[in-house]
Amino acid sequence: MIHAFKNSGYNIILDENSGAVHVVDEAAFSLALVLKKKAEEDSSFHMEKDIPKDILVEVESENGALGKEDIEEAYSELFSLYEEKALFTEDTYKGAVDSFVHHPTVVKALCLHVAHDCNLNCRYCFAGQGEYHGARGLMDLETGKKALDFVCENSGSRKNIEIDFFGGEPLMNWGGVKELVHYGRSLEEKKDKHFRFTLTTNGVLVTDEVIEFCNREMDNVVLSLDGRPEVHDRMRPFRGGQNSFDTIFKNIKKFADSREALGKEYYVRGTYTRFNLDFSKDVLFLADQGFRQISVEPVVCDPTLEYAIRDEDIEKLSHEYDILAAEMKERIGKENEFNFYHFMIDLEGGPCVYKRLSGCGAGSEYLSVTPDGSLYPCHQFAGEEEFLLGNVRDGIEEKKLSLIDRFRSLNVYTKKECSSCFCRYYCSGGCAANAYHANHDISLPYETGCVLQRKRVECAIMLKAAKCGL
Amino acid sequence: MKHVKTLNRNLTKSVENGGCGECRTVGNQSCEKLSKKN
Repeated sequence: MIHAFKNSGYNIILDENSGAVHVVDEAAFSLALVLKKKAEEDSSFHMEKDIPKDILVEVESENGALGKEDIEEAYSELFSLYEEKALFTEDTYKGAVDSFVHHPTVVKALCLHVAHDCNLNCRYCFAGQGEYHGARGLMDLETGKKALDFVCENSGSRKNIEIDFFGGEPLMNWGGVKELVHYGRSLEEKKDKHFRFTLTTNGVLVTDEVIEFCNREMDNVVLSLDGRPEVHDRMRPFRGGQNSFDTIFKNIKKFADSREALGKEYYVRGTYTRFNLDFSKDVLFLADQGFRQISVEPVVCDPTLEYAIRDEDIEKLSHEYDILAAEMKERIGKENEFNFYHFMIDLEGGPCVYKRLSGCGAGSEYLSVTPDGSLYPCHQFAGEEEFLLGNVRDGIEEKKLSLIDRFRSLNVYTKKECSSCFCRYYCSGGCAANAYHANHDISLPYETGCVLQRKRVECAIMLKAAKCGL
Repeated sequence: MKHVKTLNRNLTKSVENGGCGECRTVGNQSCEKLSKKN
């Protein structure tokens, strides 16, 4: 099937199953819409060499400005794409993906919750003031070392291992973070591993010493900042209720600038809620402060909360993504150009279909470890009793192997909502944690997230076309 | 072509060259192997 859409003055056709992307004129776009309708109505649809008369008549009646010759020419070009298997291609991947997802897997990454404690009181925090609905606590060094030993023992012959220092606020256990980095480095040669350490922080405790250490040891850092001061302060106050923006901004700016100068990865990462449906202004605020790597993402929370995204907000949010994409298009090649995490897409060297269709790896390739050493499928399941998989000392509990199999088997072919969605090769069927928290079922996609994801992929493809000068 | 400009069958080609499992824990991820082979 194809997906045809307009964005920022572009007419774009995405051939879903081949991944081919075509930028077309009005004649080809009108034809594509008519052909798509025919394909949806007829399971044995195929393109003829010459344009069928009923299709010509339908396109002429729907778009009177197009001449017959133009339509016939455009049809001929679309037919050549069809012959090259770059239009209306079939999905032939199911068998291959079925066998791929049942291959044995290794643990590739751990999220270490080094602190279930936080110095902020963010209203939307899925960790509930950093505590994950349990007691406050810091991961002790012995547990952290056991976690690194666990990943070495369960990663097979894989060399590259990712360790995310997470919380709560990981800088509340900064001494532990540094010790664990040193311990990891001490394991590398004898275990034939390379650790790629990353840190996610709210910025409150960032100092010159933190910056210097992270710039030496951390492959990436994620710095939490929501955007405009009033937006940030409304959702991310200190525990005592005071505003946090002024304290955090100067720390994060210094940190990001130092990473930028060294060519090191970082993201400034915010959350938007119903309180700032005009979130494009927050993204552009961050960009205009000089941040070049930005992610601002929708809140996922209990739908009854006042700041939760509602169905009636979707149209406004989709429009905001369009506004943001149009502005980013204007900035291409200029000094104020920036990256937006959800508009990044690799159309040529992106992941293979096996990876695209089988998902993020949560619950099998990626696990999270809480301060007491408990293992969960990912950081968003931490503290959820039914998803407790085991602990770093004793490994995975035998009775939980079926749950791991369930996570491993999740793919777009096991979710009927995904089967006809053009986005399935770009989202892998969505986030299991979002699905669980929205629908209490890890295999039932979170529909609001799906609608926004589809819009973001359209914007991302448009920006690719713009960057290619088409 | 006059009516169509093609921007990029990357998925089709990745069936043959993909599946090594070396990638990290989707749309914006890049694959070093496929970037070379595709």
